[in-house]
Amino acid sequence: MHPAFSVIFLTTLIGAGQGLFLALFTAQSYALFDLLPKQDSHAFYAHGSLIALLFLIGGLIASFFHLGRPERAWRSATQWRTSWLSREVIVLPAFMGTVFLYGMAHLLDFKPVLATLPGNIAIDLTMVLGVVGWVLAFALYVCTGMIYACLRFLREWHSPLTVINYILLGGASGFTLATVFAAFAAPDLVRFFAGWAVVITLLGLVSRVASLIRNARLKPKSTLQTAIGIKHPRIVQKSQGFMGGSFNTREFFHGKSAGFLRSLKWIFLLLAFVIPAMLLARALTGQGAMELMLLAFIVQYLGLMAERWFFFAQANHPQNLYYQAIG
Amino acid sequence: MTQLALVIDLNVCVGCQACVTNCKEWNTSGEAGPMVDQNPYGKDPTGTFFNRVQTFEVGEFPNTETVHFPKSCLHCEDPPCVPVCPTGASYKRKEDGIVLVDYDKCIGCKYCSWACPYGVREFDEKQKVMKKCTLCVDRLYDPAMTEEERRPACVRACPTSARLYGDIHDPESEVSHAIRESGGYQLMPEWGTSPANHYLPRRKTKLRLRHDEIERADNPLKVDGLLPKPGKSEPSLDDVTSW
Ligand code: SF4
Ligand code: SF4
Repeated sequence: MHPAFSVIFLTTLIGAGQGLFLALFTAQSYALFDLLPKQDSHAFYAHGSLIALLFLIGGLIASFFHLGRPERAWRSATQWRTSWLSREVIVLPAFMGTVFLYGMAHLLDFKPVLATLPGNIAIDLTMVLGVVGWVLAFALYVCTGMIYACLRFLREWHSPLTVINYILLGGASGFTLATVFAAFAAPDLVRFFAGWAVVITLLGLVSRVASLIRNARLKPKSTLQTAIGIKHPRIVQKSQGFMGGSFNTREFFHGKSAGFLRSLKWIFLLLAFVIPAMLLARALTGQGAMELMLLAFIVQYLGLMAERWFFFAQANHPQNLYYQAIG
Repeated sequence: MTQLALVIDLNVCVGCQACVTNCKEWNTSGEAGPMVDQNPYGKDPTGTFFNRVQTFEVGEFPNTETVHFPKSCLHCEDPPCVPVCPTGASYKRKEDGIVLVDYDKCIGCKYCSWACPYGVREFDEKQKVMKKCTLCVDRLYDPAMTEEERRPACVRACPTSARLYGDIHDPESEVSHAIRESGGYQLMPEWGTSPANHYLPRRKTKLRLRHDEIERADNPLKVDGLLPKPGKSEPSLDDVTSW
């Protein structure tokens, strides 16, 4: 497939935004049970939510560049019964709204206690909003992943690993972002976030490598024989029916060499997983300087952009069988 | 239930591109707006087409066969392109099984084109919406047209009658007969899309001539055999060469 930068930005930006929100709420949940020091509502949760929201808005803006007719985008919320894309279109704004409310409740200190757990643990509004946001964040990862995983003839994508990767890779960048944010706003949380970021990054590495191995072993189901229904073992296309280009020759080919793809694979494995994990690990030993964490996030984000480019480029659409020769 | 479709005879198609031309002509002039071409005379011409005729070579030289292969939307009975559309712009008509795009609803997200394994949806770079074969739905029911004209433009254009059109759910239709009796098949059956359009395979066409058909047993002018036999490369019309 031809990787579109709008979609690369959309998926990486919202992935990080979702992950950051999950990190914030994880910290709040730990603090609720006194496992972590309590944080300032304004400086930490409200500002953190704002950053998450900025990433989500960035992703949303990027997504509009993918549409031919963005002015009709509202229509895309109508087919949620069948279309994962439609579901994403509904869940994304719902999640953004929840993050906004979560941030506002923290900012305005509007925390009416809604329930009390045994042990006098007060569940206030922000906790409830946080749980809703938590569910929506995961729902959004699943929607994003399923948009690709549900296309059964794009076999590189048609696997549960696709959804797992979206969750883990988004989560990893979000927790790394949280580490940067903590280094700036709540130094006593740096180790907590960095620890989780390392764990999720390494889990992401495992599942991404698993999908790379799976894809390397895929045998195409469609062949020229099934494409045109002639059983002969040797068929070559002599003409695709036109001399110029067409949508079908642009949208489904990445236009780069196999060597480029191979090297990009190693580059993204290094940038998205290995280097950030090493940088983050230094925070665990108490050297989590803000600059270092920022570097880890930037490197990981660039790595994830490369990963996303590769994700699209690697998917080989069966329609390509019909577009092989100009003549 | 009706399922309108094309049946394309690969044994007959000569790859003349008449259907491509007529399809473009009819559909670019319709009320749905033009099928825009860009740089038609420039360096990188590109444009929107509903129908393409491709050419494949089967076998190894010198035992090769050239197969011309027309391809347009197959109006799948279980179209994977429809459920993925987030706007409902892509839909399959209940009454005749035609898969259509509502150009007024489409947001141009291109997701449906990813979901079609056959590569028959083409994005219109000018109108910014997805386009594909409509089976000339704007001809099929036009009361201003004669029965003969109420058929897809490509079918009418084909000089060799390689394109048949009809209801594949009606067992007595011409297309159903063709599918049944000439080994009609579907493309990429492995995906379970059940395309409505079918293809008829190549068949060996043999001329079965008996000797008396060449030598004219009835010998109407009683002069056969007096003239030299025409050479293999000469015209063989017997009116011209035999007497
Ligand atoms: S051929 Fe492609 S566009 Fe046409 S109905 Fe089938 S899946 Fe949809
Ligand atoms: S490009 Fe148009 S028809 Fe295709 S999925 Fe998107 S909105 Fe639907």
